[in-house]
Amino acid sequence: MTSSIVSIILAGIFTDNMVLSKFLGICPFLGVSKKVSTAVSMGGAVTIVMILSTAVTWPVYRYLLAEKFAYLQTVVFILIIAALVQLLEILIKKFLKSLYKSFGIYLSLITTNCAVLGITLLNFTENYNFVQSLFNALGAGLGFTLAMFIFSGVRVRLEASNIPKSLQGLPITLIAAALVSLSFIGFSGM
Amino acid sequence: MEIFIAIIIPVIIVAAIGLIAGLGLSLAGKYLSDPPDEKLEAIREALPGANCGACGFTGCDDYAAAVKEGAAQPNLCIPGGKDTASALSEVLGVEVETEEKVAFVACNGDCFKASSKFAYNGVASCSAAMDFYNGPMDCAFGCIGFGDCAKVCEYDGITVENGVAKINSNLCRGCGKCVSTCPKGVIKMKTKGNSFNVLCSNTEKGARVMKICEAGCIGCTKCVKACKFDAIKVENFLAVIDYSKCTGCGECAKVCVKGCISQ
Repeated sequence: MTSSIVSIILAGIFTDNMVLSKFLGICPFLGVSKKVSTAVSMGGAVTIVMILSTAVTWPVYRYLLAEKFAYLQTVVFILIIAALVQLLEILIKKFLKSLYKSFGIYLSLITTNCAVLGITLLNFTENYNFVQSLFNALGAGLGFTLAMFIFSGVRVRLEASNIPKSLQGLPITLIAAALVSLSFIGFSGM
Repeated sequence: MEIFIAIIIPVIIVAAIGLIAGLGLSLAGKYLSDPPDEKLEAIREALPGANCGACGFTGCDDYAAAVKEGAAQPNLCIPGGKDTASALSEVLGVEVETEEKVAFVACNGDCFKASSKFAYNGVASCSAAMDFYNGPMDCAFGCIGFGDCAKVCEYDGITVENGVAKINSNLCRGCGKCVSTCPKGVIKMKTKGNSFNVLCSNTEKGARVMKICEAGCIGCTKCVKACKFDAIKVENFLAVIDYSKCTGCGECAKVCVKGCISQ
């Protein structure tokens, strides 16, 4: 049991990294990675939402949808994730004012983050039980945070370098993302 | 019966989950969120939302809170100018006075006119270039031309032409971000108007300026003599215009041998 949990977390961080191996959650990966501090707080917010939404969607799917209405899972999960993010935003705004300010708009952006929907769906294709699913979400969230952290570091260096005019902005960012992703492909199959 | 299972139950499930989520959110919204502050929101509405920091606060939200509590004067928003001031005076019910400002680059030494000490091939940023012997230009006061100011300008009002930053006074809203960013301190603020500017900041002696820059002020005092309004003085071998006296007649620009006075 313990060894399977450790391997699930490690897989989430390295071999099956949400962003760099599965290519989910690319929009915050490219959009919010300009500064290291915002990238890491975005990663933290995504991790929390992933764990919470897994905790809610797992019982809903297993006890309500699994037998006959499995095809409803995408619609229902989107609904649940959106509501959860809104609830989380209200709670943080009420009790953790400074955290709310540092998150800013990112928290509501998570509503449409496909990495969160992805992890809740993948929990069932992998046939994880409840505890395994929670740790899978934790691993995926940590992997997302790691990818954001690494890539924001790369982008800070990009800002200071002399880039040919035709590649400035998004083109060089996409090339850099491909190179970072390539380095993570090295983990696959381990 | 099959239709019931295939259609009605899924609809009920999705609707029920939506209803639960909606009820939960509305309850949370009602009991957990603070009531919106109408006055604060009205003040925040009146501000331009550029978050430039020219007022001295970290953003429009912070400034709005300070104005509401009376901790800050309501005329500190420079980009908003008169429109914002009149909107704020309506919200607060007090008169607000403003003065429109505009920034200009006090240097005209482009890459054809100013000589350089060495060829700089590092990070394309003025502050980085400053770390190497105060930048690659011979003139210790002039624009380096990597455009750190253009990068921070929220209104795209600054362009770098031939190695010197130029500010479009029509686009400039006077927030002063470029002034605090420029590592050479070569960007200055003045009250908006048709007064003339000295496009040089070099306070070295005329002979040295002659050697290193074709466009530098050498302190010849021709403009001082040409000015009928006593608005120009030469301090430290550099002409300085008193904007409160300048009428914009342009006599100084006509006589300047280095062509470093312009509007």
